[in-house]
Amino acid sequence: MSTRSIKDLTKLEPKMTSGHRLCAGCAEGIIARQVLMATDKPVVVANATGCFEVSTSIYPYTSWKVPWIHTAFGNGAATGAGVEAAYQSLKKQGKIKDDMRFVSFAGDGATYDIGLQALSGAMERGHQMMHVCFNNEAYMNTGIQRSSATQFGASTTTSPAGTAIPWKAEYSKDMTMIMIAHDIPYAAQASPHNWRDLIGKAEKGFECGGPAFLNVISTCPRGWRTPNDSAITMAQLAVQTCVWPLYEYENGKISLTADSERIATGKQEKKPLMDWFSAQGRYKHLTKDKYIPLVQTLQERLDAKWEKLLKLSKL
Amino acid sequence: MADLAINGDSAIALAWKQIDPDVCAAYPITPQTIIVERFSDYVADGEVNTNFVCVESEHSALTLCTASSSAGARTFTATASQGLAYMWEMLPITSAMRTPVVMAVANRALSGPININNDHSDAMAARDCGWVMIFAENVQEAYDNAVMAPRIAEHHDVQLPIMTNIDGFILTHAVERMTPLDSKDVKSFVGDFKPLYPLLDWKNPVTHGVMDGPEYYYKHKYQMVEAMENAIKVTEKVFKDFKKISGREYRLVEEYMCDDAEFVAVVLGSSYGTMKAVVDELRAEGKKVGAIMPRLYRPWPDKHMTAALKGKKAVAVLDKHAPIGAYGALYADVCTSLIDMKDAPAAYNYIYGLGGKDATAKDFRTIFEDMLAGKAAKYTFMGVDE
Repeated sequence: MSTRSIKDLTKLEPKMTSGHRLCAGCAEGIIARQVLMATDKPVVVANATGCFEVSTSIYPYTSWKVPWIHTAFGNGAATGAGVEAAYQSLKKQGKIKDDMRFVSFAGDGATYDIGLQALSGAMERGHQMMHVCFNNEAYMNTGIQRSSATQFGASTTTSPAGTAIPWKAEYSKDMTMIMIAHDIPYAAQASPHNWRDLIGKAEKGFECGGPAFLNVISTCPRGWRTPNDSAITMAQLAVQTCVWPLYEYENGKISLTADSERIATGKQEKKPLMDWFSAQGRYKHLTKDKYIPLVQTLQERLDAKWEKLLKLSKL
Repeated sequence: MADLAINGDSAIALAWKQIDPDVCAAYPITPQTIIVERFSDYVADGEVNTNFVCVESEHSALTLCTASSSAGARTFTATASQGLAYMWEMLPITSAMRTPVVMAVANRALSGPININNDHSDAMAARDCGWVMIFAENVQEAYDNAVMAPRIAEHHDVQLPIMTNIDGFILTHAVERMTPLDSKDVKSFVGDFKPLYPLLDWKNPVTHGVMDGPEYYYKHKYQMVEAMENAIKVTEKVFKDFKKISGREYRLVEEYMCDDAEFVAVVLGSSYGTMKAVVDELRAEGKKVGAIMPRLYRPWPDKHMTAALKGKKAVAVLDKHAPIGAYGALYADVCTSLIDMKDAPAAYNYIYGLGGKDATAKDFRTIFEDMLAGKAAKYTFMGVDE
């Protein structure tokens, strides 16, 4: 948890300015600003192709007050790693004196799918950089197509709710656990509704001395079919239903944090999965009576995943 | 330094050691592998300052190089064939970001079928991506090109990446006699890297790799065209300066016995040596023949090629790649240099040496014999039994 107060944070010079072209209600700008608040050191941002990239760098304008680089889609982590590799060389040669930090931003497409190989390579090689995934659970920049982060049952433009095939029929990949399996110094899941938890995790990621991974649930009102003012409440609901547990992996140990820790210890209510489905247009078909048994099965599956995480956190 | 018996890959690694780049990111692929292996030895023994990053793919290799160069580091890589193909997405991005990355390409046939031997299909498929491209005839030139490459790429009038091409196995693995330069001469010749707008200058933040609408995309592409055009003059100057430290003289378009030649053959890479031997043979028989090699292939040295071909009766252009559905790339380039010429020579295209197929002096002799007998065809796919 960050020790910074809201008052302190409001005094910080924004590294990414307002006036960007993200959609109304998009959580990505909020998450990026929270992440960048977590370091006082000079930081260089690398960005994979995606919503966030195209919305902040339309020539001749830029939203960036810090050095920023984009090259392509499947290589956000490799781009960050290239800047870090240059830094390590020049620092060792005495050509750079400052202590600097490196972050790569990418969507779930550029993290879970097309960018997985480059990310895995960068993490394995031990670059001192943090990869942050804005996980809005589909390829939103190209128009809401399914990704391997899209959850079972969601309707997307390439897994539409049809008469023969009713929805996306595959479960999402557990990317955070894949990153933990790389045994990097720090990995975590976060949500922008709990800024103190998110910023605290980003602080740890920046200072862990090696590669770090931060997977952040990122509301997309266009893709999720939710109101424009729901970015924070929807991300919060993901955590309250345990669809998106908050936890971290540090020094080889998994720990639940914030809201999720409170749910685990009975200090906070665990909301039913149906609350998550009924709040979003992309799941509206699942709220029909005939799917009550299916939703029950999905709830059981989610509960089992949650229990497994609880066990891991007790190891 | 004393002369060495060395293969082309090791000669390039030696040049890199003398230059001592800040970052090298590469992925091994035959027949480039010896470059990264020898260079790894230099890294492991502390003979260079280079941060050598063993990436997980060629796509990441060129990504790291592009980002590292944008950050302000002198950055090298090497690849071949499928590796270059796997990099393809990044090739025009590296050039558009105006990052002067140096890449050695050990020219090898593209799959499929998979084939590890030499031809130019990899380089030719990458020829219009905004990279300066130079070719070498022998191991000495492989080394010399590697020394000259950063000077060309990093010149502020150019600021484009460069490919130094050498024929796979024929030059990468064959041991030849080579005269290296003293390391201090190489260091002072190449000089310090002076990047424009480096990312690591965080007090002056810049945005690299922006999104353009049609209006700015068009202008940015034109800037690249201009920069590439500038590479002609810059390369000539670098060749001139290189002669001062090496005594070796290079030209954008190399000509052999061309002054009074009536029939000439244009060829790239190691085949130029074979072609010169054939020219000697035919000259001894009184035939007025000559050989030409565009050492600089991109930017295309149009005026130089026009001058070299002026007054000739015929020119055979040899392409070592498979132009499926068109003429060879080199042939098409040579034809553009003939188009405004009054009484231009007849131009014939010969496809040869694909996938490492032997291209002997005897084969090349038939090309001149075709032309001398007036029997050359516009397009000949050599060595196929009908």
